[in-house]
Amino acid sequence: MEAQPVLVETDVDTDGQANFDRIIAQDSRIEPRDWMPAAYRKTLLRQISQHAHSEIIGMQPEANWISRAPSLKRKAILMAKVQDEAGHGLYLYSAAETLGQSRDQMMADLIAGKARYSSIFNYPARSWADMGAIGWLVDGAAICNQVPLCRASYGPYGRAMVRVCKEESFHQRQGFEILLELSQGTPEQKQMAQDAVNRWYAPSLMMFGPPDDDSPNSRQSMAWNIKRFSNDELRSRFVGMMVEQVRVLGLTLPDSEIRFNADTKMWEHSELDWQEFKEVLAGRGPCNAQRLERRRDAHDDGAWVREAAAAYAERQAVATESAA
Amino acid sequence: MTVSETKKHAEGHHDISTGVAGGDGSASATRITPGNALRPEDISLQLRQGATGPSEDAALYALQLGDDALILAQRLGHWISRAPELEEDVALGNIALDQLGHARSFLTYAGGAWGKSEDDLAYFRGEEEFRSAHLFEQPNGDFAVTIARQLVISCYQFALYSALTGSADTTIAAIAAKALKEVDYHRDHSAQWVLRLGLGTDESRRRMIRGLSMVWPYVGELFVDDDLVARLAADGVAVLPASLRPEFDRAVAQVLAEANLDVPDVPAAPGGGRQGRHSEHLGYVLAEMQVLARQHPGASW
Repeated sequence: MEAQPVLVETDVDTDGQANFDRIIAQDSRIEPRDWMPAAYRKTLLRQISQHAHSEIIGMQPEANWISRAPSLKRKAILMAKVQDEAGHGLYLYSAAETLGQSRDQMMADLIAGKARYSSIFNYPARSWADMGAIGWLVDGAAICNQVPLCRASYGPYGRAMVRVCKEESFHQRQGFEILLELSQGTPEQKQMAQDAVNRWYAPSLMMFGPPDDDSPNSRQSMAWNIKRFSNDELRSRFVGMMVEQVRVLGLTLPDSEIRFNADTKMWEHSELDWQEFKEVLAGRGPCNAQRLERRRDAHDDGAWVREAAAAYAERQAVATESAA
Repeated sequence: MTVSETKKHAEGHHDISTGVAGGDGSASATRITPGNALRPEDISLQLRQGATGPSEDAALYALQLGDDALILAQRLGHWISRAPELEEDVALGNIALDQLGHARSFLTYAGGAWGKSEDDLAYFRGEEEFRSAHLFEQPNGDFAVTIARQLVISCYQFALYSALTGSADTTIAAIAAKALKEVDYHRDHSAQWVLRLGLGTDESRRRMIRGLSMVWPYVGELFVDDDLVARLAADGVAVLPASLRPEFDRAVAQVLAEANLDVPDVPAAPGGGRQGRHSEHLGYVLAEMQVLARQHPGASW
């Protein structure tokens, strides 16, 4: 294993701090070699690794339907999508590694249950229509969250997000198309679509995080130009988009209280069940145990393969050295 | 490990612009090779516009090729989210997608003889109507079994599709030409892993040897000539499977020798998939694949 960069920042680095402050004030980019405050590094490492974990765990509910996709074209699209998510995980782990933690360590933390990932993936994908609702609502919410992150002050993160967002918007369109096809299909198909939207609506709104008055870290992230809009602002924007799109789908959102507040210029919706959010976050969601177990199994079952690849690489390196 | 998967990933279906610009948004995800390579949608369109479909014999042949690729795609798809490392989720997903693309093209073309779509053939045929060979139906096993199966299949398909690029049936030739480029990568992928597993650790070597011996009984079936291919080969449409064996043996022997592994010495199973006599495994594969489509006959998705 390669030596990792030293994680601890010097307590006092006046020049470094001044340079960091200047870059943030100019709304420019911090790069891996730049000095950065320890708290900035820690915040980013947590956020980027959680994001990477979400991509990897998020593969599972959709992989659940690859084998049963009801047409070969849908099967191909779904496979490509889940594969994209593995790719997103890879970019994001790489971005996080530039902050000084190895992917092995991040993976170990995930499997040990020490790291978080987006709670939405602890809900089950029960029907084919869930492939549509996940694409439309979950990827839609992710895009609202992630487009502003393309401008995040940390260079490797922002650049990774540019690519992720391009693919996510494609995923969302696919999800929309699945729901549209179902909605215009048989009564059973339309019911399947409505049921999926009903189940994924509230959890997707919770993806933006707790209300602003209960989100203690947001202010600092915004000051550092990591986060550009508050949780409630992004949630409101998302609701506004969905209200338009659900009409085209010929379906409804399971919320009778959605309205546009002309004074605040915000979309309002019924109160979300934040108690449920906290329960799922604490590990008591429908699929928390299953998701982690599956990741752990894949990791453990693959250990001998990774060991073989490492041993082979070492053997090749020795062979090259002795030949030189 | 750093084989060329991530590069392949970057060059693969991610070029979503091609299809979108053509106005067919959903087709873009299945345009695996950027550019003008033949897609199942193109074949379907040509057939609907009155292009001559395959002869009955050519359709039965395309059905065999399509069924092999479809069952393999179904098997490999299971690895996505379960692979030994993330790069392999991507790589095996890529290979599964390629195979699914080949399957869709072959099945679409075959269906042209009978007025059936790729989905009619994939979802609404019974077990005995499938024409896949037993090797493609074998369970994934551990990673070494999957890699052993991949080595055999990719070397077989490479020889097969190379020959079929010269098929007198221009659609089969075009599908083979597109598939060949992708199968070339599958061959590289499996060979790289046979080396790593064969020369890696004692455990990986033991598993690789076991994996090879588990898939080898089903190798022979791939190279059996029958009346159908004999007729088609006489017309220059198909290639006699037995004629591919020397190239296959050479390619496999080279990889195994480099990995210090022997060609397994195990008795061959009789096969029978081309006549609809399948392994016990196929029924379960189909039950899972077909369940939702069969709950909603006639529905579109």
